[in-house]
Order: sequence, then structure tokens, then C-alpha cells
Amino acid sequence: MELVQRVIIPAPRQAVWQGLNDPAVLKRSLRGCETFEANAAGGFDIVLQLKVGPVKASFRGEVSLTDVVDGESYTLSGSGKGGVAGYAKGSAHVTLSEPEPGRTEMRYRVDASVGGKLAQVGSRLVDGAARKMANDFFGEFIRVICDDDQVEFILETIEE
Amino acid sequence: MVEKSIGQRVLRKEDVRFITGKGQYTDDINLRGQAFAYFVRSPVARATIGHIDVSDAESAPGVIAVLTGQQLAKDGLGTLPCGWMVLSKDGSEMKQPPHPIMAADSIHYAGEPVAIVVASTYQAARDAAERVVVDYDELDAVVDLATAQDSDQIYPEVPRNTSYEWELGDREATMAAIAGAHHVTRLTLRNNRLIPNAIEPRAAIADFNPSTEELTLYTTSQNPHVVRLVLTAFIQIAPEHKLRVVAPDVGGGFGSKIFIYSEETAVAWASKRLGIPIKWTGERSESFLADAHGRDHLTDAVLAMDEEGHFLGLHVKTRANMGAYLSTFASSVPTYLYGTLLAGQYKTPNIYVEVDAVFTNTAPVDAYRGAGRPEATYLLERIVEIAASEMSLSPAEIRRRNFITDFPYQTPVALEYDIGGYDASLTKALEMADWDGFESRRGEARARGKLRGIGLSCYIEACGIAPSKVVGSLGAGVGLWESGEVRVNPTGSVSVLTGSHSHGQGHETTFAQLVASRLGISVDDVGVIHGDTARLDFGMGTYGSRSLAVGGSALSSAADKIVVKARKIAAHLMQSDEDSVEFDDGVFTVKESNRSKTFQEVAFAAYVPHDYPDDLEPGLAEKAFYDPANFTFPAGAYVCEVEIDPDTGVTRIVKFTAVDDFGEVINPMIVEGQVHGGLAQGIGQALLEQCVYDDSGQLMTGSYMDYCMPRADDLPDFDIAMTVTPCTHNPLGAKGCGEAGAIGSPPAVINAITNAIGIREIDMPATPERVWRAIQQAGGQ
Repeated sequence: MELVQRVIIPAPRQAVWQGLNDPAVLKRSLRGCETFEANAAGGFDIVLQLKVGPVKASFRGEVSLTDVVDGESYTLSGSGKGGVAGYAKGSAHVTLSEPEPGRTEMRYRVDASVGGKLAQVGSRLVDGAARKMANDFFGEFIRVICDDDQVEFILETIEE
Repeated sequence: MVEKSIGQRVLRKEDVRFITGKGQYTDDINLRGQAFAYFVRSPVARATIGHIDVSDAESAPGVIAVLTGQQLAKDGLGTLPCGWMVLSKDGSEMKQPPHPIMAADSIHYAGEPVAIVVASTYQAARDAAERVVVDYDELDAVVDLATAQDSDQIYPEVPRNTSYEWELGDREATMAAIAGAHHVTRLTLRNNRLIPNAIEPRAAIADFNPSTEELTLYTTSQNPHVVRLVLTAFIQIAPEHKLRVVAPDVGGGFGSKIFIYSEETAVAWASKRLGIPIKWTGERSESFLADAHGRDHLTDAVLAMDEEGHFLGLHVKTRANMGAYLSTFASSVPTYLYGTLLAGQYKTPNIYVEVDAVFTNTAPVDAYRGAGRPEATYLLERIVEIAASEMSLSPAEIRRRNFITDFPYQTPVALEYDIGGYDASLTKALEMADWDGFESRRGEARARGKLRGIGLSCYIEACGIAPSKVVGSLGAGVGLWESGEVRVNPTGSVSVLTGSHSHGQGHETTFAQLVASRLGISVDDVGVIHGDTARLDFGMGTYGSRSLAVGGSALSSAADKIVVKARKIAAHLMQSDEDSVEFDDGVFTVKESNRSKTFQEVAFAAYVPHDYPDDLEPGLAEKAFYDPANFTFPAGAYVCEVEIDPDTGVTRIVKFTAVDDFGEVINPMIVEGQVHGGLAQGIGQALLEQCVYDDSGQLMTGSYMDYCMPRADDLPDFDIAMTVTPCTHNPLGAKGCGEAGAIGSPPAVINAITNAIGIREIDMPATPERVWRAIQQAGGQ
């Protein structure tokens, strides 16, 4: 699955960048996330409950940040194993700009793939599930960093 | 009064237990103290295995042991063999990478077993399997058959991922015939990959007795003796005399239960290691991933003709997907069960076929109902249909011009057809289908906004597999004879033991009819025993539509021997000599006298031999081994009529006519049932079924949400009839009927669809999407 989206967030770029690097913010933004902790390798250990169609499992894995350009962009990549349910892996390349003070434009390209039982019985549902997960994550992320449940923002899909 | 039961529609004796839920399948068997197994399978298609950590799983509740492929390899067990050696064009042997029982160091398809968790309950085993941590170092999978030979090499010892490059026929003569022809028809097509889907998933229970060192394996097999032989000779699980293999009631096989798989082998090994009975019952999900799949060919073909549409030469080049390993009989399917059938019903003088067997990171591919013959028939009947159109001949006429009419007939691709009557089947099918009235039905459908089409297919198959001498010379590792035993009990009832195995075919009825008829007794007095290596000497099992033609012929010989012995006993009882005693309809009579003894009286005397002469042995039981002299050649003509909704692309089969020549028939009801089932599977392939892997080797069609099976409402009422040319070389005149429907029907369906839309080609399965697109491309109506 591939997805490219753009959001306009009513917050300064530095606040958005800090959120993108704060495990507590990321954990709150990720639905079903039970653990999101910094590890010794500079990444994060995560435990995540995922449900795709008939397959529901707890995935354990690692998230790492690469290609970091401070305040501007990074790539968030992760992979997780769900035991008999199979595995999931994905990455999101995120870039930030501030077209006007106090408003940040965030673009991200998400790639995701699955294997094992998740692919076998849930393949046709994976795209939809991954897209929903990305939408939910970034939507929630914006609400968290703006600290406003009602915050208004513009989200548009550029490619999928 | 005993009716001659051959030819009668005797209701199936086994159905009482099947339809009342009283069948005894492998999963119905429970042994005292049994533990349950669950397999840890690779989620990736190609990888190197690093560390396997079982400590967490071992400490999970209820877990008895976690055993890995690495431990299995250390125990020195063999690998799963492929039983048929195929040679390449250059004379070199096929390349056969080791097929491990469980993967030890590398993974070659998604779903390959890596470890087995044994626990006190199934749930505990399943839960603990989640805690087995395997490090996979994933590699790029080779998935696409079309590019696999030029892709990354999967096995170091297999260049171009090609197991063998096989050929059959005269290359020069065929090329010359094509070069000098008036017209050539070319066709490239794919025979879609199928997943077998027997209603009963595979299962096994292994029970090792440490004190006697005897191992009993209950398993869902079509050939328990072959399982025993392979487990002993190749895997070294246990010596043959200490290994009993039982295949009880089995819920469908379609070929997929011929093979010796990882799971029953691993369960047997685990039971031996742990000294307890262990049961494994596959989930449906595991069937999709790890049952051997079927078909999956890519083929280019050229058919050359003269001015009048007589076939001059046929050149076929096929790439066959073998999956990740060579399964038990995989190598024979795209070669000796495919290339040899490319003459079809036609006297094409020059045929040359080349087959490359290609490895990919997908589940192994092996025999599935028809095995090679559906692929040959589909190719041939599609190219003949297109040739008819290009030569402006009717589909029936081009076939008639090329039919073989003189028998025996030696084809250019190794087989010798003993007999057939192709025009008779075709004529009857056209008549039943009202072929001549089709155009008015097409017009009527058009008025309703529907596209109506009609398609023909004339198939042949080689079954009654197989003459041991012939298959031995072609590389088979086993002989393909069959055994049978007829045991007459003292009260005159009869127990019949057969090396054939019934997994839905109705042998308990057909074989009872056969033997009852030979001995002049009631069908109710004959019981059929099969599927247990402890109860009969040996048997080669059931596949390739062989049970009646080969297994039934063995029983026929055994029954003949019973009559010979019983006549001696009757002569003694009636104080006559054996030559003066006649046997008819269950009664022994001294010629030109009123002295007679019934079969039952003779049976009783056989076991109470108080006044026997010295040269007469007590008892009345006889065995026979039957090795066929040739294959049998069932053939037939199928006509399919479809209506397509151009707005949705949905194809409805409105009429299907099948005329088959199976030789002599023992139970027409059972034969018709076999035809119905075969047609349903063939129509499933043509319209619905398709196994799909994604680029990384993940199975995308791994459940019934994505793999579409035919249902009752996808199928019409079938119009079925038979023509009969009796097989010339077996005592029954029977040819075999198990696979015909699946062989003959796919091209009939596709020919009907191309006829309806007015196009040359469409791929199977002709799903509504494909049909709709084809209609759009053809410019609407």
C-alpha cells in the first residue's frame, strides 16, 4: 500500500517537529498502541494491537527514525511480528514546511506491507485498514499537538 | 433370487454413514493420552533462518515439547522424495533440491513448516506457537512463472530455476510440417493455478508404542501403502513391518492426498521422540497454504494445417510451475501425463512438445484432478477451436476431419490408444445439445439483451494408471499395479480387500457389485475393506481414475480364482470331477444332472473339510495382483452453452451436455455422480478459481473470501449420456471416469464465452471483470 497525503496544521513548525519526536505524543496518536518506549538503539520499542478483517493480534516491534533533518524531515520505519498472525511493516517519510507563521504544512508518504496470515486472509482489507490507520494517526497527532479535540485542519490525499 | 448387479443403479452402501454424520474420519479418532500438534509456519516466502527461540513457548501452559526442523535434521531423517525421475533433453537427470520435512536453515515458500508445538490441548499448542520466535533474514522471492527462469537463483544447484527441460516427439519433422503448411494457428495461454479444497482438511495421528517400537499412523491419504513405503524407505521413520498406516474415511482427495507431506511425517517423528500419541488436524487456512496446488502452466503452441484443415503438425512449448520443491509425483504431471496427451482425439502426424519445469517461491504443485490431462485438453481444444474459425470450418467439422478412426492407434507422443469411438460421442452430444438450433436461441437471447454462445470440447485422457513396464521405462520409481483379495467366509458372505482407496468414489458399492455379480451372491453379502496396511498386503492406492480399471481388475482375477477353487470343492461334494461342474448365478451344477450345490454350501464345506481328499486345501480365499497391459483411454464430447450479461460480465451456464465413453459401467449412478463432480471442478477452473500470490510470495487467495469455489447455483442441470467402446485389455472392459469432467469441461466453457462475445481469446478464470472488459474491447455488442 502506498499513500501520499498533505495536511495543514494550525501550529508552528517547531511544535509539530517536537511532537514527531516525542514518544508520548506518538503513543497517544497511535490507536491500539500499548507500548511506545525509547530503546538503546535510538529507536522505539512498540506493542500494538492491530485488527485487519478477521485477524486480530498483538504486534511487537521496533520503530526507528532515519534520514533526520532537524526540524524538517525524517523517515519513521517500523516492523512488527504478530506471531501466528504474521507480520506488518511500513514506513512514513514526513517533511515539514511553514508557509506562513503558525501554520505548518506536513507531507508524508506511507508504505505498508503485510505477510503471513494477515496477508492470506486479510489481503483485500489491508489497503483500507492501512489507509484508515494513517488517517487516524495523523488526525490524532494533530489534535494532540494542538491540544484541541475540535481543531480544524485540512487533509488531502495526493497519491494512492 | 440374486439379480446380476453389474450395470444396476445400486444405492451407495457408504452413504448411510456419510449422510448421517457417522463417518469415521481421521479427526474423529481419539487415542488415550493423545497430545495435540500445531505447526509454526514461515510468514515469508524466501529467507534464511537465523536463531529459533523456543524457550518462551516451552514454558507456556500445557506445552509438552517444541521441536524444530533443526532438531529433525539432527535426528538424521531423510527428506521428502519425488518418485518420478524425468530426464532433460540432454539426458541429464532432473534437479531435485532437498525437500525438508520441516525447514532447518532456509525458507522457500510462505507457509513452510519450521517447528511443531506439542501440547495437552489444541488451543494450548496454538497459543504457544505464537511464542516461538524465529529470526528470518528475508530474501527477494521469485514468484512470477513468466520471469522466474531469468530471476534470482533460488537453489545454488539449480541454474535458471529450472528442474528439467523435457521433450517428446520428433522436432525436425514437426518443424518441417509447420514450415510447409498452408495455414498455422498460434496460441499463447495460461492454465490457471488452482488450490484443491477437499472438504476434509488433511489430518494425522501418530501413535508410537515404545515397548514394541510399533508405530501406527492414521492419515488422510489416497494411498496408505505408498505412505508406509516412503516413510520407511526414504524417511527411515520405522521399519515397514513395525509401521501401520491407516487411511480411514477420507473426505475428498482430488489428488491432493496422494502425496507424502511434511505434517504427517513430522507428527510421526514427534510421536516417536516423545513416546505419546500426537494428533494434528489442519485448519482450512493451512490447506490453502500447504496442500499441493494444481495446474499453473504458461504455453505457446503452433498448429499447422493443410488447405482442408487436416492437422499436419503441433509444436507446444510449456513452462510449468513446480512451486518451491518437487512434490511426490510432481515431475510426472507436466510431462508424461501432459505431453503424451497432445494428440487428443486427432491423427496429427507430427507432434513435438517441450516442457521446462520451473521452481518458484510458492507452495509445491502436483497432481490435481486430471493432472496434466486438463492442461493438454485445454490447450488442444482451444487451439482447434481457433483453427476452425481461421479455416472457416465449423467446430464439429474440423474435429471430424481429424478424428482417429482406426484402432489400435499409435500416437506420435508415445501412447497407443486401444479403442475409441469419437464420432459417436460427438454426434450424440451435438444432437442432445441441439447444436443446429443454436442460432435461433442466440437470436432470442439477443432480443433480451444477452450474449449467448456455444462451445465444444472433445477430450481424451489416459487413465487406469498404469502399466508398470511402461512407467518404469519412463522414470517412475514404483510399479502401478493393484492388489485385490476375495475372502469367502464360512457362511458364504464375502470380504473384499482392495489396495484402492475410497475417498468419496463409492468403492464399497462398486466393488461389492463387481464381486457379487461374479460369485452370484447378493451385494448385501459383500463387504469391502480398504485403507489399512495391516489388513491387506499392499496396494498402490487411488489416483488417475485407476480404481476400477486396475483395482477392479485385480478383484476380478481374485474372484475368478475363487470360482476355480470352489468348483473343485463342489466337484468333491457332488462326487464328480471338476471339469463336469458348471457355475452360474451362484449355483454349481454337474453337467446334465440334477445335482447342484449353492455357493453358500460350497463356502461352508471349504471350512469344514471333514472328508476332503489329500490334494484339496481347506479354506476359500484368493489374492490377485493386476498389472494393466496399457493405459485406458476414456474420451468424450462436451457442449457448453452460456449467456452473458453484457452490463455486468456475469456468465451463466444455461446448458451443459456431456457424452462420455468410459467403456463398461458397473454403477451408472456413481459414474454420473463422478461426472457431475468433475464438471463442477472444471467449470470452477473456467469461471471462478484462481490462486494468486503477490510479488513477495504472500498467498493473496488464502481463504474463501478471495478464492472462489463453484456453488450449486453456479451450475446448470447437466445433460449426461454415455457411449460405449469397451476397453480391450482389462477383464472388465472399464476405462475410468473420475477425472473426465474436470478434463473436458474448461475448454468447452471458454469456447462458449469466446463464441458469445465474438473474440479469439480470454483467460481463465473468465470472471465477470474479465468478461466485461473483453466485451468493452470488442466494442460492446
